[in-house]
Amino acid sequence: MAVAKTKLEKFLEDTVVFLGPDREILKDHGLAPRDDREERVMRDHKDPHEIGLVRSKLDVIAEEAFDQLEQTGAAPGAKWGDLVAGVFTASGDLAAASTGGVLLFSVVCQPMLRYILKYWKDEPTVGIRPGDIFTSTDPRYGNIHTPDQNTILPVFDDEGRLALWVIVIVHEGENGSVEPGGMPSAAESPYMEGIRMPPVKIGENYQHKRDIVTWLQNSVRDPMLQIQDMKIRLSACLKMKERIEQVAQEYGWDAIVSTLRWTLEDTEAEVRRRLRAWPEGTVRSIAWTDSTLRENALIKIALEARKKDDELILDFRGTSPQFINRSINTQLHALKGMLAQVFLTFVWPDLPRNQAVFAPMRLMSDWGSALDSTPEAPNAQSMMTFFPGFTALQMCVAKFLYPTPKRYTKLLAPWYNMITTFIYGGLNQYGEIVGNLCADLNGMSGGAREDEDGEHSIAPIFAAMTDLGENEIIEEETPIVKIVPHRLMQDNQGFGKFRGGSGYQVIGTVRRSDMFGFMTTCTGSKFPTVYGLFGGYGAPSYPLCKVKGVNAFEKLKDLPESKWTIPGIMNEQPFADARYSTHHMGMQFEIVKQGELYMICQGAGGGYGDPLERDPDAVMSDLRDQLISHLTAKEVYLVAYDERTLSVDVEATERRREAERQARKRRGRPFDEFVKQWVTEEPPAGLPYYGPWGDRETIYLGGPANKMARGTCPGIMMTDPREVRIAELEQKLRELGVELAR
Amino acid sequence: MQVAITEYLEIDLDRERWRCRRCRRDLGSARDNYKRGLLVHDRDPREIHRPILDAERYRYTFAPDSKWCRILEYYCPGCGTQVETEYLPPGHPPTHDIELDVDDLKKRFAGSGQEPKP
Repeated sequence: MAVAKTKLEKFLEDTVVFLGPDREILKDHGLAPRDDREERVMRDHKDPHEIGLVRSKLDVIAEEAFDQLEQTGAAPGAKWGDLVAGVFTASGDLAAASTGGVLLFSVVCQPMLRYILKYWKDEPTVGIRPGDIFTSTDPRYGNIHTPDQNTILPVFDDEGRLALWVIVIVHEGENGSVEPGGMPSAAESPYMEGIRMPPVKIGENYQHKRDIVTWLQNSVRDPMLQIQDMKIRLSACLKMKERIEQVAQEYGWDAIVSTLRWTLEDTEAEVRRRLRAWPEGTVRSIAWTDSTLRENALIKIALEARKKDDELILDFRGTSPQFINRSINTQLHALKGMLAQVFLTFVWPDLPRNQAVFAPMRLMSDWGSALDSTPEAPNAQSMMTFFPGFTALQMCVAKFLYPTPKRYTKLLAPWYNMITTFIYGGLNQYGEIVGNLCADLNGMSGGAREDEDGEHSIAPIFAAMTDLGENEIIEEETPIVKIVPHRLMQDNQGFGKFRGGSGYQVIGTVRRSDMFGFMTTCTGSKFPTVYGLFGGYGAPSYPLCKVKGVNAFEKLKDLPESKWTIPGIMNEQPFADARYSTHHMGMQFEIVKQGELYMICQGAGGGYGDPLERDPDAVMSDLRDQLISHLTAKEVYLVAYDERTLSVDVEATERRREAERQARKRRGRPFDEFVKQWVTEEPPAGLPYYGPWGDRETIYLGGPANKMARGTCPGIMMTDPREVRIAELEQKLRELGVELAR
Repeated sequence: MQVAITEYLEIDLDRERWRCRRCRRDLGSARDNYKRGLLVHDRDPREIHRPILDAERYRYTFAPDSKWCRILEYYCPGCGTQVETEYLPPGHPPTHDIELDVDDLKKRFAGSGQEPKP
């Protein structure tokens, strides 16, 4: 009987007709157990000086690969630092990564490598051999989203044993998705998001297979970009391999394998030591995202962080369900990568950059929620949900850190968290088809710190060091003209004792092409996505503004440059006969006529502390720099001053502020009394609310009239906004007595 | 013995009480939600994040939509300091954001010599 069972098992094993995503791999972000070789070499090579030297060399190797890619990459993402290079153990754990770039990328490679090791290593038609080149772009196997492409190279030692992996990843952009540029908010299923490659071998003997390269080139709008960056990524991997072999000549392969493992284990031990210093307890936060990028909808990202001894449990149960035909859903490992970024970049940047930093964290989530989506939910714009997840953790971490005696960075209010940029596509001025994005997404503003203001448009939450891009290069390669590329906007600020950084406005258009367009992808046009800390305020909300029916190249010469601002153009409407409009920031791809204006604004970082404690001189400094208006100086910061000289009346200011403190005491109501009056059983009718309200057991699907029990909602299916609009208009016609023919 | 928990809150560990760090006002049991000791005001977000675009003409103005978003401002009843803010949809229950283990704090800070921050 036992023999028969074995035969049956073997038969079933040999006749698997479909290998899909492996949830067990995706759920486990812990370090792999030591293998036999690691056990042995870690006994022989444990001199901290040797480990320190070898680790430094591996770090430099990753750094060199980053620089090489940034200097030679063709994708805009490569040029402005939207990439990373890393070294992984033979078991697939990230052990060293470049300082610059998007560390998030490398943290999400572990599942791809584990998949290759589990399914392809012993598969006779695939295997893992020296010279093999792999890639994987499908987010259901360990990527963030399909525009990110990687090159994965196994590296073998002198005895032919798999010693480690090197990987480089670049946000390449164009990938043949339903909209140009690779991040389609119009995607209603994963199969509209461009090429999706589960882990696949694309080359042997250190060469790409020409047939596969040709297939990929034929699948995208920009075939030259596809081949150029495949070669450049391979070149960077080969350089890393060559350098690692040089280190092996000097120290031996065993020392390298030992160093990778010691680095991971030491890092995890240090993180656990630091967590033990945090107070025990529970901290909660909620972040909100107000759009699916197709329509406004209020979506809840709820976090309960529980710290016990040397473990941190991040419980995201109570988050809204997935949207089955919208692209904003997150695969759980992508959320983990983003949460790891909180610690690697903002809390413990002194630690080695590897994924052991996140090993002591445990995640809890609802399968089928917006942060833990099933394979059939699209992910191209997952940032719309997992970036707010980052913000929720930032708020929780600050509350654990304040009472912790030793901190490694300053306390920080939430960073701006949306990708405010133009994604573009079409025919460029040379007649070539292109599709990609501008680097303005890297211009997120910093949150205020515990003792100083936040930085203006400094860096994205997903990378410590990136660039905004050179306008001259953008104009050389595309028809995009940013008439106003970077101009800070007044009152775009998270107010507080220390204010968040301000974001810049961009006024863009198109020239020298009639077949070129934009899309934009942010949430937060109705409900801010960034909040304040300890009494500070969050960011405002951000619309997309358009001026259509005008050729600004002909008209702007008559408008003083001081008016070339979003409020200047939108409020004064200087172009006769033009159409001025505002929208939420989820604009699907549309053709832009030459000279029409599209205007967006980078978001602000959150403020820290009570605005009434802000130094009046700092308020005057912001006025001088035109960061705030007189109204804000007087009504939010309550400073008394001479408008002409900006000299502060200290005593009058203190009187005004004290009067406001007394006014607060009069208008504020005791918490219990307030809650009794304020809290409602269900979300308000008329608010398109999707998710749990008071407790997490009832899920509301658009309002109080439609609800389901937690765990029974397979996902929300939204109606096409154009269908909604048509129905509204038909209803209006009916009210006017007009019946349409059927 | 008191330990600073946030910019404006501390816990008196001996008495197990929340206190305001600006005026030392007692805000209730340290084993309870500190917000119960504070005053709350439902702020129209447009008063803080004022419309930058003409609200008469445009649907989106840079100001949050007050039917979607409110700001709860939490004040110390003793000195009027704004201790916390919370952005919520109208009617949504406020978050019990800090629930620390008081016994652990006592063990952790007893004899540590930590003084309250000024």
